Amino acid sequence: MQAGDAAEAAVVLEDATVAFRLAGARVYTAVEKARLKVAQGEFVAIVGPTGCGKSTLLNLAAGLLRPASGTVRIFDAPLTGLNRQAGYLFQADALFPWKTAIDNVAIGLEVAGVGRGEALVRARKWLDTVGLGAFAGRYPHMLSGGQRKRIGLAQVLIRDPKILLMDEPFGPLDAQTRQIMGNLLLELWTADRKAVLFVTHDLEEAIALADRVVIMSAGPGARIIGDWRVPLPRPRDIFEVRLDQKFHSLHREIWGVLKEQVLKGYAQSADG
Amino acid sequence: MSRLTLLSLQVLVAVVCIALWQGLATVSIFGRILLPPFFFSNPVDVGGQIVNWFSTGIIWKHLLITLWESILAFVIGSLGGVAIGFWFARQPRVAAVFDPYVKMANALPRVVLAPIFTLWLGLGIWSKVALGVTLVFFIVFFNVYQGVREVSATLRDNGRMLGMNERQLMRHVYWPSALSWMFSSLHTSVGFAVVGAVVGEYLGSAAGLGYLIQQAEGVFDVAGVFAGMFVLSAFVILIDIGVTLVERRLLVWRPAAADGRG
Repeated sequence: MQAGDAAEAAVVLEDATVAFRLAGARVYTAVEKARLKVAQGEFVAIVGPTGCGKSTLLNLAAGLLRPASGTVRIFDAPLTGLNRQAGYLFQADALFPWKTAIDNVAIGLEVAGVGRGEALVRARKWLDTVGLGAFAGRYPHMLSGGQRKRIGLAQVLIRDPKILLMDEPFGPLDAQTRQIMGNLLLELWTADRKAVLFVTHDLEEAIALADRVVIMSAGPGARIIGDWRVPLPRPRDIFEVRLDQKFHSLHREIWGVLKEQVLKGYAQSADG
Repeated sequence: MSRLTLLSLQVLVAVVCIALWQGLATVSIFGRILLPPFFFSNPVDVGGQIVNWFSTGIIWKHLLITLWESILAFVIGSLGGVAIGFWFARQPRVAAVFDPYVKMANALPRVVLAPIFTLWLGLGIWSKVALGVTLVFFIVFFNVYQGVREVSATLRDNGRMLGMNERQLMRHVYWPSALSWMFSSLHTSVGFAVVGAVVGEYLGSAAGLGYLIQQAEGVFDVAGVFAGMFVLSAFVILIDIGVTLVERRLLVWRPAAADGRG
């Protein structure tokens, strides 16, 4: 389905199935036989209806979850334990509320054994990079949602992970802030082209950002049901790329597939 | 309401109450004194007693004893509560085994332990410290236990993904969370440390504010009892102000909305 041989793949999911045990010995299969390959330097967006197990895929790649069957390979080595090469930007607020912005950014270096002085110097550079140099001493609750996401991005990127996992990172932000954050992300990504796995429920955001858009079916037993290459040139600007004719035709094409799943997912969640 | 008006109204309440007390205790209405001095004393006598305590310097010894007992009870109870709370939260099996006993011990009204502590530890400060410890320990213990267990899964996962090992998770995630819960109960636990000390003194001792009150009561010196109560309230308020200052320093990262106090 996609180009690139196994040797250069950053993340490979091979028939990965994830099941959770529910009360009363029932088993809920969240994701069924997921096959996905993310090449080095590739930006892949995963789109699917709410509750379809998109985050589950990320947790698999992060090593926070083990597959019930199938394998996860990271740079061609089977993943056992946590994925040490990955940075994870969570959907929920994940900054440490008792640390200032700069300490939140520096912590990833400090726990890796970098001296506090140097860690702070590098954290300050990252704060400048995400445009929050003036907010180094603020605690998370004193920052806006968008600012917290920027700090979160710096917190993850300062460790220079080879793989970036993002779980609806801009979900709670307003539309304008999302676009600004999207551009910031693309700018940072262009600098060193990490492999990115970006989960979102927003198809437009997915097309605007990614090289490839992967569609998941509604759960339970969600599968990957579509994989599109985004033929838009880079560097892109999130504001302008939406005006492109190719953007619209791709959007229409993917939406044709996604719509059915979204309705299905919606019906299920409405059933309770 | 401006600060000045508020303050003057607050002072007014005290003035009215004291004036009523003084009036009803000294002036007879229709041939009767509503607050017989034997049972209610009067503000002048009570004030005189307080002034006497401070001018002769007797009170300092008792205040220091009570303060020292409270501090010891608070420190020992907190250390124990933090240690056990942390341990239980990280070892659910241990917590499950001890759960009924913890509940049982906590259900016991601690005052009934006072005679036993006196028996074991004598009439000195340690029996009072022990009583305070049993009060402080459970508050701190439950808060720390809760604090460690309720660390959000996202924060924990984020710590792990940022490369923290188990020890670093403790230090950077669990520990601050537990401490913040402990500090949020600081007013309660400090208050209980004082309660433990004073109740312990009251039930049997040779010094302290509780002793002072108990002695006065023993000779029907109502002025002395009231004087002791006022000194005790002032003492607790001063400690509480101290706690608030400490709290402001330590919990700067907390959103202000969580703090109900001005």
